[in-house]
Amino acid sequence: MKTHTAPVTGPDAGIDLAGIPAAEALAWLARMLLIREFESTAGPLAVAGAIPGGMHAATGQEAVAVGVASVLGPLDVVAAPHRSHHIALAKGMDPRVMMAELFGKAAGCAGGRGGHMHLADFGVGFDGSNGIVGGALGIALGAAFAQSYRRDGHCSAGFFGDGGANTGRVWEFVNLAATWRLPLIIVCENNGYAVETRISDAMAGDTIAGRAAGFGLPAVQVDGQDVAAVHRAAQQAADRARGGDGPTFIEALTYRLLGHDIGERGAYRTAEEVEWWQVNRDPIARLKAALQLSGDLDETGYGKLAADAAGPVQEAVRFAQAALLPDPATVAEGVTGLPLKVRTGP
Amino acid sequence: MSSRTTLSRAYRDGLAEEMERDPSIVVLGTDLYERGGHWAQVTGLGQQFGRDRVRNAPISEAAMVAAGAGAAMNGLRPVVDLNFLDFAFGAMDEIVNQAAKARYWWKRPVPLVVRGTTGFAGGGAQHNNPVETWFSHVPGLLVAMPSTPADAKGLIKTALRGDDPVIFCMHKMLTGARGEAGGPDDLVPFGQAAIRRPGRDVTVVTYGVMVRKALAAAERLAGDGIEIEVIDLRTLMPLDLDLVEESVRRTRALVVAAEDYRHGSVGAEIAAELQETLFGELDAPVLRIGARFVPVPHSPVLLDALIPGEADVERAVREALTIASARRPR
Repeated sequence: MKTHTAPVTGPDAGIDLAGIPAAEALAWLARMLLIREFESTAGPLAVAGAIPGGMHAATGQEAVAVGVASVLGPLDVVAAPHRSHHIALAKGMDPRVMMAELFGKAAGCAGGRGGHMHLADFGVGFDGSNGIVGGALGIALGAAFAQSYRRDGHCSAGFFGDGGANTGRVWEFVNLAATWRLPLIIVCENNGYAVETRISDAMAGDTIAGRAAGFGLPAVQVDGQDVAAVHRAAQQAADRARGGDGPTFIEALTYRLLGHDIGERGAYRTAEEVEWWQVNRDPIARLKAALQLSGDLDETGYGKLAADAAGPVQEAVRFAQAALLPDPATVAEGVTGLPLKVRTGP
Repeated sequence: MSSRTTLSRAYRDGLAEEMERDPSIVVLGTDLYERGGHWAQVTGLGQQFGRDRVRNAPISEAAMVAAGAGAAMNGLRPVVDLNFLDFAFGAMDEIVNQAAKARYWWKRPVPLVVRGTTGFAGGGAQHNNPVETWFSHVPGLLVAMPSTPADAKGLIKTALRGDDPVIFCMHKMLTGARGEAGGPDDLVPFGQAAIRRPGRDVTVVTYGVMVRKALAAAERLAGDGIEIEVIDLRTLMPLDLDLVEESVRRTRALVVAAEDYRHGSVGAEIAAELQETLFGELDAPVLRIGARFVPVPHSPVLLDALIPGEADVERAVREALTIASARRPR
């Protein structure tokens, strides 16, 4: 499906938690709440200018990141596009160094040199977010190549969006991954809009997964607002990758509830459309409802999870606010390992 | 230990020796395993190291370089062989936006080599772009351009033992250039130019294919008692301005002879730096030899009209000396 106006899983839109331990589903919910809290807190700070350079919020897309990360360990590598807070946090990145990077502080993961589009923590297997559409899939491709060369049994996941599905590089990457049978999970977060361009105005053919199938690898569409569905698809993909059976393409149908940029006032979609997704397909509300239905969560328990998410984010803001700005005298340091000795003039 | 060989062969031998030493080195590109590359640059390495380490790739430059950059960030030392560096245009994002920046952001080393040919030859406009200068304008990349077999071997070894992304430029017309090459541990450092011929009258800074033309011009000028000092830059990033300056302090005149377009070139950078630091010590303006600013034409007579030659070097040296002689004490 190219448009995002029809239900994607069936009339009740419920989440099937069969076979998933309650503790695991609760951990997913906690992580999604942390992501939601992080972006809900950082967004106004970006609008106010405390966070320079703007921000891309993934609010509404949390289940894709958490579902994929749920099958990965620290030695499995993930790379993410420009909208990446959810993926970084899902992979286990410390919200404090993320927030400090957003603030442009020395304690940020790039020392204030990157910003929100260049988050990374190689210690948890997060090989960076990426400001170039489709670019992150290439980094994950390379990580998977290294894993395959070493035969170390690990795998990588590369994320991009429906916008990336219209770049040539993405399909070069898919072809090479399939040709070399690399342990790569290719994740397209189809949120329906490339910045402000509706996918139906930009894409020939039926589905992105349909395009991918032409490369001879398993290509599936999943409900990206259903964390359990994403988890199951990712688990199959990871099993294939680790077993030497090559890459899998997952098109996760999702939706961003906020603008492309934080503070955006776009006229490209209706308030009714956004509201429909908010009411019917919020991944957090759906998981909460499923856990309530199974008797594993009540309102008190949910309130506690939400409070637990708020704590680390407030701590991250305090950490970022208190952190030092980078020393301007260091601006030219560490460009390469070998000193370049480029002169600066009088 | 040294032996007489060709530039292409010396590169290949340097790569092979490093692959023997370091199992994390892997070469990928089109037509490598069986053919040995389009310039015989990896002849026999497929049989020697197997398909896993000498990998044929689809004609997907973005994918090849992305695979190399991502793998370099994750413990491998890939050599992405594009055959022609003109084909790097299909992977500019992967080179410029990905490989070149990871260290600045995250202190993450990216030990990636992207190798290919550059420079003018027959074959038309799309296979002969002189692109070496483009990459020296990108913070985060190193750029090597050897003119001798010894440097081709020594520089690729240094590249493969370093931690930075390197654009390794080999001029097509030097593929069969003969000369000595060093042994397994003869490394040529980046950022150290070489004086190919000492001289007292004019410094000629050059690199790549123009080194031989400058040396030929030096022979002709020597017949008239003019002794030029020929400096081979060897790497364009880092650029060894210190040696150039030291030489020009002695000769008080400088000609930059590159095959690349004059406009916006490494020669322009050198001229600009030298007028800034040695303004009072120059007896003549810095003169530059370079190609006319046109796409590379097909017809050999047009191509000859484009490519700077030894006569151009000779003429520029004589002009510099004419200007200088009016200012020099007798």
